[in-house]
Amino acid sequence: MEIVHVYTKDREEFGRQCLLSDRPAELLLDVLPDQNLASNFIQRSHRDQAVQAGRQVSEHQVNTERFESDSCGINHVEGGWPKDINPLDMEQTIRFRKKAEKDESYLTSIPQLGSVAEYCGRQNNAVDIYQEPFDGWEEVEESPEPPSAKTINIFRDPNEVKRTVTGLSWHPDGGRKLAAAYSCLDFQKASRDMSLDSYIWDVENPNRPELTLKPASPLVCLDYNPKDPHTLVGGSYNGQIVYWDTRRGSQPVELSSVEHSHRDPVYKIIWLQSKTGTDAFSASTDGQVLWWDVRRLSEPTERLVLDPTREGNLDRALGAISLEFEATMPTKFMVGTEQGLVVSCNRKAKTPTEKIVCTYDGHHGPVYALQRNPFFPKNFLTVGDWTARIWSEDIKESSIMCTKYQMSYLTDACWSPVRPSVFFTLKMDGMLDVWDILFKQSDPTLSLKVCDRALYSLRVQDNGRLVACGSQQGETTLLEICSELSTLQKNEKSLLAAMFERETKREKILEARQREIRLKERSRSEQSREEEIGREDGEDDPDQLIARAERDFFNQVEAELKRRERREEEALREKDVCEEKEVKDEEEAGRNEAS
Amino acid sequence: MSLQRNSTILLCRMLTFFIFLVNQAQVEETLKRIEASKGVIGTILVNAEGIPIRTTLDNSTTVQYAELLCQLSMLARTTVRDIDPQNDLTFLRIRSKKHEIMVALENNYLLIVIQNPCE
Repeated sequence: MEIVHVYTKDREEFGRQCLLSDRPAELLLDVLPDQNLASNFIQRSHRDQAVQAGRQVSEHQVNTERFESDSCGINHVEGGWPKDINPLDMEQTIRFRKKAEKDESYLTSIPQLGSVAEYCGRQNNAVDIYQEPFDGWEEVEESPEPPSAKTINIFRDPNEVKRTVTGLSWHPDGGRKLAAAYSCLDFQKASRDMSLDSYIWDVENPNRPELTLKPASPLVCLDYNPKDPHTLVGGSYNGQIVYWDTRRGSQPVELSSVEHSHRDPVYKIIWLQSKTGTDAFSASTDGQVLWWDVRRLSEPTERLVLDPTREGNLDRALGAISLEFEATMPTKFMVGTEQGLVVSCNRKAKTPTEKIVCTYDGHHGPVYALQRNPFFPKNFLTVGDWTARIWSEDIKESSIMCTKYQMSYLTDACWSPVRPSVFFTLKMDGMLDVWDILFKQSDPTLSLKVCDRALYSLRVQDNGRLVACGSQQGETTLLEICSELSTLQKNEKSLLAAMFERETKREKILEARQREIRLKERSRSEQSREEEIGREDGEDDPDQLIARAERDFFNQVEAELKRRERREEEALREKDVCEEKEVKDEEEAGRNEAS
Repeated sequence: MSLQRNSTILLCRMLTFFIFLVNQAQVEETLKRIEASKGVIGTILVNAEGIPIRTTLDNSTTVQYAELLCQLSMLARTTVRDIDPQNDLTFLRIRSKKHEIMVALENNYLLIVIQNPCE
């Protein structure tokens, strides 16, 4: 289409001056879109096209190789002495020093130096400029920050084939070292080239373990001796007990004999309180709890078979998976079994039947962790199946408190040694839950995802701030808990004591009610049985029944008649009374009128 | 006349000797006073060459302190003089968690005092 603009000019006007003038724009042609043609085209979607005259750059992430650092000290050697004087020769050095003291500049400088130094020294003594002025004051309750925990270090299993961290133990003096037991608990999954070693880690150095422990069979559990921090005792996968002294190196000092040890992996071993400090006891799923003296590991000093029928029958014994011992109550201890029962035992009982005091039945699966509350030893925490339960020693039927069923299996738990209402639990999905029962009972106060794999073992350090958890891949993660969850709050003990008492009372009341109901049921069933017995005798003689029925009928009729008579009499008596009253009133009225 | 000169010379010598003695006593007294001050853990006197002349601590510690503090005070001194050439470092104080190290400088001599400030 052509756009044509026609411009005409008369010939006679050619050559004349051009008179230019402005005029508004004129629309010459307006070509509208033809909708029919639009069907030949497809609407293109928007596209962002950045146009920039810049240099091409690319972003690339690089992760540096982990480097190993080592710290070591340097010893300074003397120097600066003039060449002719031998610094090791005392005489020469003394002579030199004496000569230097006689130097003039020395004599003039020292008093000045001295006065300046003295001035500053006295200043320090007078006022401490770095003093904290509000130290002694109580901290004001600011709005509490949400509880948190921070990962400090991760200790990885240095071997190729990763094993689960099944046991952890903190060094008793200050907790700078952590002993970890590695083994593979999956049935028959342990490969032949799996290393048997377990390690002791220094908390500051995650690159290399401080000491390697080389047992004959992988260790399932470990414990540091609280009295002697150099010795450790461990229970291994083949049932033997192993004793180490860290001063003597990686090889065990002594091993228990295979014939007298456990027949199944030793799941828990704990040191006992004793005068010699060499007693320990261990539990295993073969149903036995054995006591050992580490000086003579060839034979256990005592043996207990966990038979609920108290007959010492090994076939009927329950497999033990966790042990509990509190140093403040040295004669009692508790065992958690694979069947979900917690057995409370008395060590000092004379006969084996008296050793097992009572059982607590609570869980549907093995009781993986069992611990008494360090502040309230009458209450203990158990973990098994998908719940964590708190029990009171007096109530044997059920736990006094129970968390709701969690999403995944709980594998380990322990109380905080600093705060009586805080405990930690580990789950198979790699979460660490911190529960504060004074704050919230239905949910954990803090839930952390520690790693992607299942977590198996947990240990809190004695100061309550550091928590070590071991995972299935052989990683031990060290976490620091925020200060709110690791410092004792005011009134905490009394509040918690009140809570435990309340729950215990509630359970007692519920128990009593259950008992009542049961008694009623029983007595009712007895009664009905008696009646049935009675009725059975009567039915033998139908004539007697008829006679009895007649007698009852007539008695009832007579009673009814008598009642009616009595009612009529009463009615009559009332009427008389009313009439008498009326008569009396009239008489009175008459008398009043007369007077 | 020579006698007079001799006697004056002798007198001068004796005077300087007495002044010297008095000064020595003064030095001793100053140092003893500092060493006995409240909270002082140790005192080291270092000469221009970095050799500890007088010390109350054991040898290895003395040598370590002397060497390290010499270097540090040299560095501090050059810093001060770089900023202002007319200026000079007189005193250096290092406060650490456990104690305070004070270094006084005069005429290339260093007096190091380690004090535990009492709170």
